[in-house]
Amino acid sequence: MSETADRVRKIVVEHLGVEADKVTEDASFIDDLGADSLDIVELVMAFEEEFGVEIPDDAAEKITTVKDAITYIDEHQG
Amino acid sequence: MFDLTGMTALVTGASGGIGSAIAKSLAGQGARLALSGSNIDKLEAFRTELGGDHVALPCNLSDGAAVDQLVPQAVEALGKLDILVNNAGVTRDNLAMRMKDDEWDQVIRVNLEAAFRLARAAAKPMMRARFGRIISITSVVGATGNPGQANYAASKAGLVGMSKALAQELASRGITVNCVAPGFIRSAMTDVLPDAQKEALLGRIPTGDLGDGADIGAAVVYLASKEAGYVTGQTLHVNGGMAML
Repeated sequence: MSETADRVRKIVVEHLGVEADKVTEDASFIDDLGADSLDIVELVMAFEEEFGVEIPDDAAEKITTVKDAITYIDEHQG
Repeated sequence: MFDLTGMTALVTGASGGIGSAIAKSLAGQGARLALSGSNIDKLEAFRTELGGDHVALPCNLSDGAAVDQLVPQAVEALGKLDILVNNAGVTRDNLAMRMKDDEWDQVIRVNLEAAFRLARAAAKPMMRARFGRIISITSVVGATGNPGQANYAASKAGLVGMSKALAQELASRGITVNCVAPGFIRSAMTDVLPDAQKEALLGRIPTGDLGDGADIGAAVVYLASKEAGYVTGQTLHVNGGMAML
């Protein structure tokens, strides 16, 4: 697993208070990890801070799984 | 009780009558302030008068792009933002049938839209901190209406609805969102009213007197305090009993 993936998973575990083994790449934040819409906003803010990337609202709307987040960050990190 | 030491606040319209009283009350309880207003000279003069370690951040609230910069500027100047007070307001009174589009737009943009933009921006650092206080100054006319003020009354009632929605969105993150609704407050505007009109006005106020800016400041201090953490989505009416809502 990539370094980005490790850091993303760590943020998700900390933020949503879920078990690390539940945070698989295919896990959906809302359906599998119990996040609500405000949690998603906060996760996106946390990703932006951790990775120094900007995630605009239209991109954030498409990030629904752990893998979506990792892919977006890998593609946009400077 | 109501100690704000270590807390920071952004107050819009801070050099105006009620705004300066709110700023004095918050500073008096120990908060460090970012004072915003459109008139730079007035703002600097007030900052000097207030003393202490406060900052002045001039902003034209009818300019959306400038408004969007205000909260980041305040966070940078103060290091964090605990309290946002949406106080700035303008009037463009006219009978509805004569009201120009521009008079409607200007009032809604400054009183309501700027308040939303600031609250939206402030919610970010507040969510991160798991603490925040967003307080909007509305008006008794937002609840009762007032002839000649369709625009102003709409903007003030709009703040109440907006605050209730935000209160529900943000409550789980330790952020409360409330309004303070002044009645008639002593100001340069009420000082020049003819005596007969003043008397008629006072006849409608059970306490028999106009309010002071400090009465509004005290209400804001309460809602800003840690002690008011269980109060959200509310409007605190400070009007001498002229409307009991």
